[in-house]
Amino acid sequence: MTTNVIGSPLQRVDGRAKVTGAARYAADFNQGGQAYAVIVGATVGLGRVTGIETAPVEKMPGVVAVITHRNAPRLPYAPHKSYIDPATGERLHVLQDDQVRFYGQPVAIVVADTLDQAERAAAALRIAYTAERPLVDPADPKARPVVPEAGKQPDARLPADTARGNADSALADAPVKVDEIYEIARENHNPMEPHATVAAWNGNRLTLWSKSQFVVNEQAEIAAVFGLPPENIQVICPFIGGAFGTSLRTWAHVTLAAMAARQVGRPVKLVLTRKQMFFMTGHRPRTLQRMALGATADGKLTSIVHEGTGETSRYEEFMEALTSVTSFLYSTPNVRTRYRLLPLDIGTPNHMRGPGEASGVFALECAVDELSYKLGIDPIDLRRRNEPAIDESENKPFSSRSLMKCHDLAAERFGWSRRLPEPRSMRDGRLLVGMGVASASYPAFHAPANARARLLPDGTAEVEVAASDMGPGTYTSMTQVAAETLGLPVERVRFSLGRSDYPPAPSHGGSWTMASVGSAIRAACIAVQEEAAKRPRDGRPIEATASAQRDPDVAARFSMHSFGAVFAEVAVDPDVGTIRLRRAAGAYGIGRVVNPRLARSQCIGGMIGGMGMALMERTVLDPRDGRPVNAHMADYLLPVNLDVPQLEAHFVEEIDPHVNALGVKGLGEIALVGMAPAIANAVFHATGKRVRSLPIRIEDVLTV
Amino acid sequence: MLPFTLEKVTSVQAAIAAASSGRRFIAGGTTLIDLMREEVEQPAHLVDINALPLSEIRIEGSDLVIGALARMADVAAHAGVQRLQPLVAESLIEGASPQLRNMASIGGNLLQRVRCPYFRMHDAPCNKRTPNSGCAAIDGLNAGHAILGTSNHCVATHPSDVAVALVALDATMQVRGPRGERTFPVEELFRLPGDTPHLEHTLLPGELILAVRIPGGPDSRRARYLKVRDRASYEFALVSAAAALDVEDGVIRQARLAVGGVGTRPWRLRMVEKALIGKAPDRKIFETAARLALEGARPLSGNHYKLELLPRTIVRALEMTGEAA
Repeated sequence: MTTNVIGSPLQRVDGRAKVTGAARYAADFNQGGQAYAVIVGATVGLGRVTGIETAPVEKMPGVVAVITHRNAPRLPYAPHKSYIDPATGERLHVLQDDQVRFYGQPVAIVVADTLDQAERAAAALRIAYTAERPLVDPADPKARPVVPEAGKQPDARLPADTARGNADSALADAPVKVDEIYEIARENHNPMEPHATVAAWNGNRLTLWSKSQFVVNEQAEIAAVFGLPPENIQVICPFIGGAFGTSLRTWAHVTLAAMAARQVGRPVKLVLTRKQMFFMTGHRPRTLQRMALGATADGKLTSIVHEGTGETSRYEEFMEALTSVTSFLYSTPNVRTRYRLLPLDIGTPNHMRGPGEASGVFALECAVDELSYKLGIDPIDLRRRNEPAIDESENKPFSSRSLMKCHDLAAERFGWSRRLPEPRSMRDGRLLVGMGVASASYPAFHAPANARARLLPDGTAEVEVAASDMGPGTYTSMTQVAAETLGLPVERVRFSLGRSDYPPAPSHGGSWTMASVGSAIRAACIAVQEEAAKRPRDGRPIEATASAQRDPDVAARFSMHSFGAVFAEVAVDPDVGTIRLRRAAGAYGIGRVVNPRLARSQCIGGMIGGMGMALMERTVLDPRDGRPVNAHMADYLLPVNLDVPQLEAHFVEEIDPHVNALGVKGLGEIALVGMAPAIANAVFHATGKRVRSLPIRIEDVLTV
Repeated sequence: MLPFTLEKVTSVQAAIAAASSGRRFIAGGTTLIDLMREEVEQPAHLVDINALPLSEIRIEGSDLVIGALARMADVAAHAGVQRLQPLVAESLIEGASPQLRNMASIGGNLLQRVRCPYFRMHDAPCNKRTPNSGCAAIDGLNAGHAILGTSNHCVATHPSDVAVALVALDATMQVRGPRGERTFPVEELFRLPGDTPHLEHTLLPGELILAVRIPGGPDSRRARYLKVRDRASYEFALVSAAAALDVEDGVIRQARLAVGGVGTRPWRLRMVEKALIGKAPDRKIFETAARLALEGARPLSGNHYKLELLPRTIVRALEMTGEAA
C-alpha cells in the first residue's frame, strides 16, 4: 500500500521533459507538407474594409492563398456557448463581413509555403478602409454603461445588483467614512508560449494541435463553427507554456487555421505574434470602481457600497466577479453592490488569473486600509472586528474559513509587529519603507469531470482525462491522487491529459482543476479497483471510467471559498520615486495541500502576477485608433527576476470535509488576489500618498 | 524579414570598402536584427564586422580606449574600466538585459535606433522611419518621450545609457572612412532631429567606428550613473543622469553632467555644471543648480512628470558621487 503520496512534495513528473525540450507544445507538432498562415489585422479601430489588393500578393513567391471576407467560406457558426464564453452577445465571426470592430481584428489571412514567405506577403497586402474614431477609453464620458443582460435576474451567478439592509442611508449616517474611486488598467496575460494552432484535415475530420486550456470546448466550438459533428474534431494539447486564462476561450485564430487548412488542402500552422496577443486573445478589462465604507468609531462596519464597472466589447458582454467578494468578506448589516459594463470598440476581454476577484478585492482591501488609518485601528485588528461568523450574503455557514488564522500566521512570519503605524515613519537609510496587508478570497469551485483508469498486467496504471496543465503541475498532482487511491508508487502511474477524446474535463481555470479532475480521478481509481476485485486475473487490462461532481445538497448548505492574507513591504526612493517590493508573505487556507512544492511554486507565481498588477502592467491604447502602443515585451512592463524579492507562501492547517472528497479548495487564483492591495497599502504606508489607480508608477509618487 | 545578403569581412579596409558601396555594418545585431524582423530596417546587404580586430580594451596613460566591437558585458566587467571609469561600467550594467549586453557592441550601442513605439509601427506616421509622413507621438501617447531638443517632427529620446556617460566624460571617438581617419567628441556624433529626424548621426558614408577614448580626470572615480525606471532591468530610462564631481577642500573644482531619457540626444548640461563649480557639494546647491536643467524644456501631453523627475534625478546622482557604488 502506498500512502501519504497526497501531501508529499513530489517533483514535477514532467520536469525532465520540459527542461530537455522533449515536451511538445502546440507549435511543435509540425505536419508533413504543412503551409504557414499569417493573420493580417485591421489598421483602423472602427470602420469597414473597402478594398483589398490581393492580386499582387497572390503572385508573390510561395503564396498559396490570400483569404479575405470576399473569398472566405461562409461558415455555419452554429450557436455554441460554454460557461467560459460571455453569456450575452456573439463571438467574432471571422472574415464573414467587411466590418472592423476593433484595431487588429483579422481582416485577411495569407498562406504560403514558408513562414517567411507568408510574413512577407502579409506585410505587402494593401487594404483600404473607411475609418471612424473608435471609443476605447472607459473613462470617456461618451462611454455609456449598460446593465449586463446575464446579471439582470436576482438569482444570476453574477448579479448586476445586490443589496441587504439599506447601505446608502447607513453610509450617510456612518460616523466614519471612506468613499473613493479605484481604477485598474487593462492587462494582457502575456504567457511565454504564444497562441498556436496546427490544423490538418482528413476528409471531413479535423485534427487541431492547439494551445488550449479547454480542449473539449475547443472541439465543440470548432465543430459548431464548421457545422460538423464534434466527434469529427480532435484537439490535442499536451503542454501549455503558461496561459493565465488567455487560452480558456477558442479565439478566432483557431477558426482561421482550420479555414486556411481546408482552403489550401494542406495542414496549416498558425502562430500568433506577441503583438497580436495584445488584441486578439482577450485581456483583463479595465475597471472603474467606487468603494464606500461606513463604520462606527470603534471600527464596526455599518455599510459597504461597491459600484464596479468593467469594459467589454460591442459584440459580447464579458462579465467577471468584480463585486462578489464584497458581500461576504466582512460582517455588516448593509451592503449594496452594482456591476455595470462599458461596451467599447475593443476585442472582448476574458478571464485573467483571479478574474473579477483580483480587481474587486483591490478596491475593497484598499478602502479597508484607508478606514483603518481614519479610525486609528491596526488594519488586521479592524478586519478581526468585522470577521463574520457565517456568509451573511447567503445566510449560510462557510464550509471552512481560516482568514484570521491566515492573518495571524502571515503577520507573525512577516514581522508585522515591527511596523510603526504612522505613514512615512519607517526608513531604511534614505529609503521610505512601508508595510501593507490585504485579505484575499476566491470561490472553491467544483465542476463535473470524468476520468478513465486502466490497470495493466505489468502492475502499472494509466489514467486519462481531457484536462490541461498550464503550469500548476496538474500532471504531477493528479499522478499523486491516482497513486494514493490505487495504492501504487507514483512511478507506476502514468497520467495523460490534453486530448479531446479523453473523458471530458471542465476548463482549466477558476482554480477548480484539483477539485474537479482530482475527484474524478479518485472516483475512476476506486471504480477500477472494484472492477478488478470482481474479475479474475486474466492478463488483460482492466479499465473503468467514472465521473465526480459536488454533492448538490452539500453545495446548497455551505458557502465555499478559499481565504488568504498577504503582507508586503516596499521601499520608495524619496528623491526619484522608485518603488521596489522588498519582500512579501502570504498565508492561505485552501483545504488540503496536495503537493506543498507545487503549491508554493504556484503561490509565488501568483504573487508575482499581483506584483505586476500593482506596479507595472498596463496595456495602453491610443485613443485615436485603439491600437495598443506598448504591444511588446520591452514596453509592456511585468516583473523581471531582478524585481522579484523573497516571497513566502504559507498554508494554514485546514480540513474541509464539505467541499469534495479530497478536501481541496483551489489555489491558482487566490495566489494573485490580495497582492496588489497589499502593495498599494504598503506604498501608502511608506509615502503617505494614497494611489488608487493601478499600476502605481514612479510618476504617481513623485509628489506627496 | 526581407531577404538580404551577408558578407563577412576580416579587415577594416574591406569593411570600409563594402560600406562605401551602400552596405550596412552589422555587429551584435541587437538593434538591427530586431528592426529587420519588423521591416523597419530594410537593408539588402549586410557586412558582418565581428571578425575585425576592434574588441580590445586598453589603458593608455590615464585614458581608457574601448574598441568599437567590445561587448557591453565585457566592458562592464573589465577591471580597468571599473577602476578608471566606474561610471562607464555602471551605465553599461544599467543598460539592457544580460543577454543583450553579451551581444551588443559599444559602437552599435551608440548607433542604436530609438524606442518610440510608433517608429516600429508601419501603420502609424513616423518622420524618422518614413521622412515627411508625420509624427504620431506628438499628439499621441508620449509618456516616455523627450522634453529637450525636440522638434515639430520628432520627439523620441535617444535610448543609450552608456552614451550619456560618454558624453558626460568628454569621450572622443575614432572613426575611419574612405577619406581617412578622424577623431571627434562622442557628443558630436548625435544630431538633433530638427526637420530631418531620419538623420541621426554625423558619420559619413562608409565610416566605421574604431574606438572610443575616455580621458581620465580627477573626477573620474567620483562619478556615478543613476537610471530611474519602473522596473529594475530591461527598461529604458524615464530619466537618467551621469554625474562626475571633482571636490577639493570641500569645494567643487570640476563638474560634469549629462542626462538621458529626456533629450533627443544624450544631453550635456553645461549650465548646471557651471552653477556647481566653486560651490560646496551639498544638497541645496545641487537643487538650485538642477533647476537649470529645465531651461528650454518642452513637455508633451504625457510627460510633464519629467519636469519634476529630471531635477530630482540630477540631485540624487550628484549626491551619489559622494557615496560608494
